[in-house]
Amino acid sequence: MLEIRNLHARIAEDGTEIIRGLNLTVKAGEVAAIMGPNGSGKSTLSYILSGREDYEVTEGEILYNGENILELDPAERAAKGIFLAFQYPVEIPGVATMQFLKVAMNEQRKARGEAELSTPDFIRKVKEAAAELKINPDMLKRPLNVGFSGGEKKRAEILQMALLEPKLCVLDETDSGLDIDALKIVADGVNALKSPDRAVIVITHYQRLLDYIVPDTVHVLYKGQIIRTGDKELALELEANGYADIIGQAA
Amino acid sequence: MNMQTQSRQTAAEAALLDSYNAQIGELPGNGAVISARDRLVDDLKNNGLPTRRVEAWHYTDLKTLLRNIPASGPAASVRNPAPLVEGAALIKTQQGEVDGNVSVEGIVVGSYADMLREGTAAPGLSVIDKDDTIGRINGSFVRDGYVLEFPAGAEISQPIEIQALHGAGQAHTRFPVSFGAGAKATVIERHIQTTDGQAFVSSVSDISLEDGAEVTWIVVQEQGADDTHLAQVRVRVGDNAKLRLFVINAGGKLVRQELRIDVAGEGADLQLRGVNLLGGDTHTDVTLVLGHNVPNTTSTEIFRNVVFDRARGVFQGMIKVALDAQKTDARMACNTLLMSDDAEFAAKPELEIFADDVQCGHGATVADIDDNHLYYLMARGIPRSKARAMLVNAFVAEIVEELEDEALVEALEAIISNWLEKHA
Ligand SMILES: Nc1ncnc2c1ncn2[C@@H]1O[C@H](COP(=O)(O)OP(=O)(O)OP(=O)(O)O)[C@@H](O)[C@H]1O
Ligand SMILES: [Mg+2]
Repeated sequence: MLEIRNLHARIAEDGTEIIRGLNLTVKAGEVAAIMGPNGSGKSTLSYILSGREDYEVTEGEILYNGENILELDPAERAAKGIFLAFQYPVEIPGVATMQFLKVAMNEQRKARGEAELSTPDFIRKVKEAAAELKINPDMLKRPLNVGFSGGEKKRAEILQMALLEPKLCVLDETDSGLDIDALKIVADGVNALKSPDRAVIVITHYQRLLDYIVPDTVHVLYKGQIIRTGDKELALELEANGYADIIGQAA
Repeated sequence: MNMQTQSRQTAAEAALLDSYNAQIGELPGNGAVISARDRLVDDLKNNGLPTRRVEAWHYTDLKTLLRNIPASGPAASVRNPAPLVEGAALIKTQQGEVDGNVSVEGIVVGSYADMLREGTAAPGLSVIDKDDTIGRINGSFVRDGYVLEFPAGAEISQPIEIQALHGAGQAHTRFPVSFGAGAKATVIERHIQTTDGQAFVSSVSDISLEDGAEVTWIVVQEQGADDTHLAQVRVRVGDNAKLRLFVINAGGKLVRQELRIDVAGEGADLQLRGVNLLGGDTHTDVTLVLGHNVPNTTSTEIFRNVVFDRARGVFQGMIKVALDAQKTDARMACNTLLMSDDAEFAAKPELEIFADDVQCGHGATVADIDDNHLYYLMARGIPRSKARAMLVNAFVAEIVEELEDEALVEALEAIISNWLEKHA
């Protein structure tokens, strides 16, 4: 489903290279975990997958279902089914959450040549998904993410994911800021989306989330490269010993 | 001397004088009105149109910007716009003249042409100060308009919508409106071009609020792409009266909207909000002169401007606090989104404070769309142009929503999103 080959990318503004020859393959139906020390490039990788223009790919390619997506803008990628749940969702004053959800769902439908949702259908879908995630409907009356607590923002990201039904889900530290109950609810939400034609990339620092969303593969990202790939045992090993050994072996 | 004046006269200045001469005997007015008009035209002839050397017109050099004046012509309206809010009482002018006999329950409606003919309009055909070019032009050419009197204590629940409609040519209207003590009402003043072709429009609304009146006055300017729109709202706010004045500019080629406000009664409150949507090759100037002239008055002024293409915008905001106007509280903000590299906006807020115990402040910001916001919306599949429009909407919606009245908010938001669909 996703194949990243020898990816090099830098910050467009100052030219600093962050991703330095990264290779990663994620198959349909797979749950892949990406771990790695702070500042190693995990969020940057997720931004690049989503098409953020602050980064420039200088070498390599990203194939999504066999198609090179580097020339597509974020909206086009989203319409093709790529979704990024942000580590730090932004607050957008003046944009009503419900209006945003409706426009996003319908624009994706339009781009795929599907019919737009009727307002009652839309409201029903949102209500159902919000109830599953135990999101207070009053929150959805507010401007997008404005004044949401850290945990509420993360839940709102998963709500968007549930509604947009993407094919490639990238979760960037969705577990941080969630209380224990919320972690379980969010994990259930992600697990409910798992299907043979869908892949999930979970970026996290902690085993705790991986107890709920069990990964098929675990990848260690360090200084812009995947330096180790393994199965779920690798995450347990990291939890016990930290990154020092693996970084030492890679050097 | 004479030679010199003539050699500097522009085509537009000459056309204005010709237009006046062509209408002598035809413009309504008794002897007093005719001499008042003659005085204004003489002023116009002697001073010409203002240039950037006149401080009040520094950013809008009318002499250069006003290239020509279309001839005055008969009404040629092809469109009858629905009222902004369902159930509003609609009163219209066509090409500067009132449209038949109009009555609105609960208020006294008269025609300004009658005031001109009777001569009661003569004292008002004067300028506020020497730079009052709009008062001068309008006073010279005005033909008609509505005179509205809201009796003391009247509570008019349905909005009154004045539609000033016109086709190509000229239209000059005046609307003297008085709200008696304790009157409550909402008035919508709309300026709409209903055909193609170039128009030259002037309009003066002369509004007074007596003690304790509570008024929402909304100006919606949707002139055509070639139109010149010179407008003035003159306001006097009396004791404990509350005026909510909302101005939206969403049209016109050359626009000057003056707001001349006298907060003249203790306990009075003004809430002024403005949205300027500018695009194409247009020039729009909003000039506010606000006087806090007695103690214990409050006001807030917020303008949100969005500038696309090669459009140029101007906001001049002068707040004057008189010597004995202690405890004045006045806050002004002017925020601009520049949507293209060629877009321009000049903001010139000024405070002139003579009292010593006041709270006054002003701020102006200029920014472009927040890239992080744009990226977030796009990452959810919203195409760039739509995402930009949503963010511009968000920027202006905030102050529209303050109006609270849902039908009104929706109607104004529709004007904004329609405009954005055409320009963004
Ligand atoms: N736009 C930017 N401007 C400046 N530095 C940047 C930018 N984007 C990323 N970086 C830098 O690139 C490196 C990688 O950042 P990134 O956010 O991808 O790390 P991360 O692996 O997600 O870390 P964490 O675990 O703390 O979330 C960091 O050193 C960061 O400071
Ligand atoms: Mg990160």
